[in-house]
Amino acid sequence: MPSEPLHPSKPNPGFHSDRRKPSLSGATRLAKRIIACLDVDAGRVVKGIQFQQLRDAGDPAALARAHAAAGADEIVLLDITATSDGRKTLVETVRRTARELFVPFTVGGGVRTLEDAARIFDAGADKVSINSAAVANPALIGEIAARFGSQAVIVAIDARRGAGPAEAAEVYVSGGRTATGKKALAWAREAEQLGAGEILLTSMDRDGTGAGFDCALTAAVAGSVSIPVIASGGAGNAQHFVEVFSAGQADAALAASIFHFSTPNFGANPMAELKQTLLQAGIPMRWPC
Amino acid sequence: MIAIVDYGAGNISSVRKALEHLGAAAQVTSDPAVIAAAQKLIVPGVGHFNRCQVLNQSMRSPVLEAIKSGTPFLGICVGMQWLFAGSTEAPETPGAALFAGECSRFPASVKSPHVGWNQIEIGSGSRLLKGVSNGAFVYYTHSYRAPVVAETAACTNYGGAFSAAVERDNVFGVQFHPEKSAEAGLKVLENFCAL
Repeated sequence: MPSEPLHPSKPNPGFHSDRRKPSLSGATRLAKRIIACLDVDAGRVVKGIQFQQLRDAGDPAALARAHAAAGADEIVLLDITATSDGRKTLVETVRRTARELFVPFTVGGGVRTLEDAARIFDAGADKVSINSAAVANPALIGEIAARFGSQAVIVAIDARRGAGPAEAAEVYVSGGRTATGKKALAWAREAEQLGAGEILLTSMDRDGTGAGFDCALTAAVAGSVSIPVIASGGAGNAQHFVEVFSAGQADAALAASIFHFSTPNFGANPMAELKQTLLQAGIPMRWPC
Repeated sequence: MIAIVDYGAGNISSVRKALEHLGAAAQVTSDPAVIAAAQKLIVPGVGHFNRCQVLNQSMRSPVLEAIKSGTPFLGICVGMQWLFAGSTEAPETPGAALFAGECSRFPASVKSPHVGWNQIEIGSGSRLLKGVSNGAFVYYTHSYRAPVVAETAACTNYGGAFSAAVERDNVFGVQFHPEKSAEAGLKVLENFCAL
C-alpha cells in the first residue's frame, strides 16, 4: 500500500505522457466515504437527539445538493415519518431530491416490501436501506438483491450494548424502540449471506451524544463481514471520524446534525474542515471535490 | 438522440437524469429499430453479468451493427464488461468480445464489492477523459472487473490494476459510474455527448 494518498493536483511521477496506456504505478487509493444523512419527516429534514426532540433543518432536495456541492461523498435520506399520511410524500421527496444529485443516493425508512423498494429506485435512488423490515422478513434482503443487485441493498442495524462488550450488542427495531434479542454481529453476518451489499451500523448508545462513534463495536462488525461497513451515531468532531476510520475500521461514516448546523467544533464549512483534518491524519479522502 | 439501452439493468434513470442535466436528448429503449437509428448508444448497467442475457437476446445484433457503422458507444459498469469476451460471474453469458480477455472477481485480499470513490490513472490522448484530472476520484460499485488491455484508457488499482476506462475508435467503456461521480463523471458524459 502506498503511504500517502495521491493528490489529484500532483502529477503522478510514474506517468509518461508519451504512452497512451496509463502507467501502473498502483498509487490509486479507495477513499473513505463521508455520508451526509437527512432525517426526513413528512417531506422536511429534521434531526433527533437519540431519536427524539426533532428540529427542522430544511428542504431535503436543497440540502442534499448543498451537501454534495460541499463535498459529501454520498447522501442518505432516512424517512422517520410516523404517520401513514406523511409517508405518502416519500416517493415524491425522493424524486425531487434525486433529480439534480450526481453522487450516490440512498433511501431508508419507508421500505417494507420489494414493491416499496421498486418505487424508491424508480424515483431515482441508487440504494435502499432496510432495517425493521429486514429483521421481520430476512428474505426481503435477497429479494431486493436479486432484482436490483447487492450493491443496491444496505442493511441498517441499530445496536445497543450499554456497558457490555461489542459482542453483546443487541439489535433494536422500530426506530430503536423494540429489542429483538438478535446479536448485532451475527445479524450483520446473516445479512451479508442473504445478499446485503453494505451494513449501516448505528450505535444507539452514542447516537445524538456527540461523544464519538462506537469504534469497538464498528471494528467488531467490520471484522465479522467482508462487505463495507458504514459507521453511524455519535459524531461530534473531526477526531471522531479519524478514530472510526482507523481504530473502528469503518469504510464510511455517516452523520447528520454536524453538517446541518454550525457547532462549536466546526465552522462555516464543516465538510471541508473535516476532510482536510482526515487527509492530514493519513486517511484517504476524495478532496478537493 | 442518444439511445439508452434498457435491458433491465438498474441505473437507467440516473444515466438519463445526468444526460438531461447536460442538455442532451436521450431516449430509454429496448427497440432494435430505435437502437439502429440512434446517433449514440449508451449501455448502462449495475449488478449481475447475467443481465446481459437480455441484452444478448434481441439487442446484440443492432448494437454491434451500430458500432460497426461508427455510432459512438458507451458502456457503463456491466455495460463496459459486456465489451469483453465475458465474465466469470456468468460463464454461460457471452460478451461482445470487442476487447480481449475476461472479467473476473476481485481477489480475496481486498473487500468485495469495491464500493466508493477511487482514483483513476489516465493515459494520454483519451477523448472520453479529456479535461478530467489524472488522479480524479470516481464512484465504483462492483465485485468483478475487466483486465488491463491495449485499449485501456485509465486504470485503478484495487487488488491489482483493472480497466477503469477503455477506448478504441467509437467504442468507449467505463467501469465507474459517471452518473454518480459528481463533476468528474459529468465531464465524462459531456465528452461523450460532444463526440
